[in-house]
Amino acid sequence: MREILGDLARWRGDGRRVAVARVVDLEGSGPRLPGAAMAVAEDGEVAGSVSGGCVEGAVVSEALEVLATGDRRLVSFGYSDDEAFAVGLTCGGTIHLFVEPLDW
Amino acid sequence: MVATSPGGSLFDRLATLLEDEVPVALATVVEGPGIGGKLLVHRTDEAGSSVQGTLGDEGLDRVVVRDALGELAAGRSGVRNYGEHGEAREDAVRVFIESFAAPPQMLVFGAVDFTGALVRVAKVLGYRVTVCDAREVFATNQRFPLADDVVVDWPHRLLDEIGPELRRRDAVCVLTHDPKFDVPAIVSALRTRVGYIGVMGSRRTHTDRVDRLREAGVSDVELARLRSPVGLDIGARTPEETAVSIVSEIIALRTGRSAQALSATDGPIHD
Repeated sequence: MREILGDLARWRGDGRRVAVARVVDLEGSGPRLPGAAMAVAEDGEVAGSVSGGCVEGAVVSEALEVLATGDRRLVSFGYSDDEAFAVGLTCGGTIHLFVEPLDW
Repeated sequence: MVATSPGGSLFDRLATLLEDEVPVALATVVEGPGIGGKLLVHRTDEAGSSVQGTLGDEGLDRVVVRDALGELAAGRSGVRNYGEHGEAREDAVRVFIESFAAPPQMLVFGAVDFTGALVRVAKVLGYRVTVCDAREVFATNQRFPLADDVVVDWPHRLLDEIGPELRRRDAVCVLTHDPKFDVPAIVSALRTRVGYIGVMGSRRTHTDRVDRLREAGVSDVELARLRSPVGLDIGARTPEETAVSIVSEIIALRTGRSAQALSATDGPIHD
């Protein structure tokens, strides 16, 4: 999360609502380690990343939903999803993200 | 002793501690009762720690503070499972402990042309960089604006001072290629636990330096710790290319990987 701290502080200072997604765990091969983080502001601006670009699009939707509902949640992205074209990591691993509003 | 410090949001407190380069751990309940609850923990001295926030249960807080300090010391981040009141071998609550360890250090000896490029590349990789040279006309903040510290002193004297805090993830790069500075700097660096000691110079300089180091009492085992001439063989010519060759070697040494082209090897890319 260190890399996006500046963006988080600035966005919050501007009075914008922000959600943060952090990698908390990964199974198998994965590009980013636990602690990698991405922030999404309510207007859709993004900072940081949680994978090699594979799941960032889906994380934006999750983050905006978290901002809308206020519910924090664990979200997982893997390769072996039932839907053949579901969002996943092309490298074959699974990442677990914790998504929450920056309200602390 | 555990002290609870008041004031400001947890996020503000975290940002302040990181700005001050204080190693700190942030624990967050990611599943179970009290989801989103947070604790911020850092050491105040050998035995003491400062704690802010709560996970919603005193027993859980107590156990997680202990575990967070352990994870922070090891520089690890990950999820741990507990019972509702911190019981071991239960999994009612899942807690993500994120360690913000102090950045690794790189000491660059010799304020030469190559130094500026190495400082820039090392900053990209997140190192805290100190440039040290005994010649005050060269060792200036103006020449190395990105360096965290520019020290005018003999390298071995700086090492006598901060050498004991160097660890495996830290690096010493000796770019002076002048035996007057090199030999005492290398001898001092070899007394530390630093993970990487790279020494710049041509093959000829290297051979000559090995002789001088032997004369100074350096053993073969110690010589084997040196990366000299410094860097990977990627055909680097400019200071910038050389800097990339040096940091690539540092990464490969830390991870124990072969530094060959992935297209020429099999096996997993990430460990």
